[in-house]
Amino acid sequence: MIYLDNSATTPVRKEVLDTFVTVSENFIGNPNSIHQLGLKSKKLMKEATEQVASLLNVRPQEVIFTSSSSESNNLAIKGVYSFYPKRTRKIITTKLEHASVLETIRAIGDVEVLYAPLDEKGHVDLMALERLLQQEPLLVTIQHVNSETGLIQDIDRIGQLIKKYPKTFFHVDGTQSVGKLPIDLTYVDLFTFSAHKFFGLKGIACLIKKDSVGLSPLISGGHSQSNYRAGTPSVALIASLAKALRLALEEQNQTYQHVLALNQYLRTSLSTLPQITINSNEEDSPFILNISIIGKKPETMIHQLEAHDIYVSTNTACSSTDPFSSTLVALSKSKEVAKSSLRISFSKNNTEEDLKTLIKILREEIL
Amino acid sequence: MERVILIKYGELTTKKGNRSFFVKTLVRNIEQKLKDYDVEIEQDLARMLIHFKEEQKTEILTAVQTVFGIHAYHVAYQVPSSLEIIKEKVLETAKQEKFTTFKVEVKRNDKSFPVKSMDLAPLLGGLLLKNITGIQVDVHSPDVKIEVEITPKHTYIYYQAYQGLGGYPVGTQGKALLMLSGGIDSPVAGFMAMKRGIPIEAVYFEAIPHTSLEAREKVITLCKKLANYTDEIKLHIVPFTKLQEAIYQNVNPNYMITIMRRMMYRIMDNLCQVYHGYAIINGESIGQVASQTLESMQVINEVTKLPVIRPVACLDKLEIIALAKKIDTYETSILPYEDCCTVFVPKHPVIHPTLEKCLSEEAKFDYPPLLQETIEQVFTLKITANNEKTYQDLL
Repeated sequence: MIYLDNSATTPVRKEVLDTFVTVSENFIGNPNSIHQLGLKSKKLMKEATEQVASLLNVRPQEVIFTSSSSESNNLAIKGVYSFYPKRTRKIITTKLEHASVLETIRAIGDVEVLYAPLDEKGHVDLMALERLLQQEPLLVTIQHVNSETGLIQDIDRIGQLIKKYPKTFFHVDGTQSVGKLPIDLTYVDLFTFSAHKFFGLKGIACLIKKDSVGLSPLISGGHSQSNYRAGTPSVALIASLAKALRLALEEQNQTYQHVLALNQYLRTSLSTLPQITINSNEEDSPFILNISIIGKKPETMIHQLEAHDIYVSTNTACSSTDPFSSTLVALSKSKEVAKSSLRISFSKNNTEEDLKTLIKILREEIL
Repeated sequence: MERVILIKYGELTTKKGNRSFFVKTLVRNIEQKLKDYDVEIEQDLARMLIHFKEEQKTEILTAVQTVFGIHAYHVAYQVPSSLEIIKEKVLETAKQEKFTTFKVEVKRNDKSFPVKSMDLAPLLGGLLLKNITGIQVDVHSPDVKIEVEITPKHTYIYYQAYQGLGGYPVGTQGKALLMLSGGIDSPVAGFMAMKRGIPIEAVYFEAIPHTSLEAREKVITLCKKLANYTDEIKLHIVPFTKLQEAIYQNVNPNYMITIMRRMMYRIMDNLCQVYHGYAIINGESIGQVASQTLESMQVINEVTKLPVIRPVACLDKLEIIALAKKIDTYETSILPYEDCCTVFVPKHPVIHPTLEKCLSEEAKFDYPPLLQETIEQVFTLKITANNEKTYQDLL
């Protein structure tokens, strides 16, 4: 099997699954119970939380565990707007955001959305952003790495700009960057990421919420792991996330170099094929290479590749029923390009051999 | 160009006779703190230098920030003490900084250096003005102060001063025992005692099942936070249940807290003898609760001859809270678990207790054997700051 859909999800790694199983079997107490068994679970949860906090350079009470990045995005956006009813109802975002951001904003209803202008490559135009910031929106929400093309936004510089406006918070969706690129949360107030993108389990994610931000919970009813999300915490999932994050960060450098080499190899090889347009910029995240083969339907190509046990995606898995990629349209490419795009996304487990096979099948059967 | 961390000693400078002892203790503490890093430490009586690996800089600076006895520190460029090289390097490093107004300050510890401080500062300033456009000198409130410190071998150039914790290095005073409850005040008291150079061991009174294991965990967490400012803190846990129940059964409710505190002080006195503590330290603050009025303190204090140091005695609660936040113990302290002092609280604890009444209350029950039994059951945990995890293997 050649799995090149790692931005949709990654397979769980054995060490992480082992932790999940061991904790599920041996830590049976509810961390809210005050007897020994509860205390044991609580202690593990506390250590796991501290580990996550220290890996991301935040404080333990700033870590909120959720079920998915989508939930984290919902909690960040809805939570802030509900906590500050008297501040402006404006929000800045981009047209490239994930559905769990754009649809959440729509769901709030009474907010005025200001789309940050982008330069020709898709980066947020900082001068234009600064002008929008003068309207003092309550929140700016921008993804770190785009899930379709790998476009990287400069969250450091954006964050520094936003810091000049004390009534504006900065939310970053880091789902496609944690475990892949260096993360610095100095200027970030709220930060989303999910374990299954770096060989953790599905069903566990995080929202980092700095102490300076107020937030209303989406799920009320207690404060066992955090005041911002009620429900009996899954200690096994939480421990598994802490471990997956540690391993990913320990290997991050090696993984990055490995994936960068793969990306460059594929990019170079495909650029000799005239039918192929490469949509990702050279400086985008090497974990994603987005290409288009004009005139071909992505669904057909995916199934053709699947017949050879090769797995890639159209646009993001979460919106693959949409007719074409709105991100690619927004990135001022043509609808033709957007309609025929494939996303190839790498991980540490891929090899150059995988890519040779992919290129061979593309040439022989698709082009 | 090599960068070094240049440490200036704090109040140490006033300790003429003991200076080398203070410096040695500080070096030992810093070495202990940085034992996991690739560093080399040099020192004389005026300053200390830490040679470090650039990639470990952040961690090392964070660690330096937790050592008592450091007044200020700088990340300095170390260059050979030659006029030409100094000129070249000041210009080179200044070009990397962003500023519009500046001031050059020269300290010439090496009086054999050919140019006097008074002459070198304008020389360097002029050099910068000539080579960097758009900058000017401001001696009163410059954007950056460029400091040049010349010693016989090396010259140090630095742009920013970081403030250290101050105080004396832990270990320059005798040991004392800290009464550590789970509250806000006692960790702050411990921190303040350590700041004066006192190594502390903590004592925690627990009354299981009236207090929970969570309360003990909380105290362990507080100990870890305090251990961050030293190396390791021993935590003596006193199983106080039997004694506390006996007090509850025998003593007039109004006097329960006073007698309980007297028993605790007796135990502290005993533990100080066993563990060689020269003083008892606690978080009492005058007037905060009934047992902390001056009258209460007097009758409670009566059971020991040891000095009882109360670092927060004269601070307002808000001042104590601000300190607790600064040393990161506040969030832990406000976790809602019962401790010994909050179980069995009488409705009207006595505010003006008398010694006669205390003695007559204590005469109602045979407490010495209970005291003895309690002391025999004390057990000790060693707490270190590095978050040694119980479940490391799972994470």
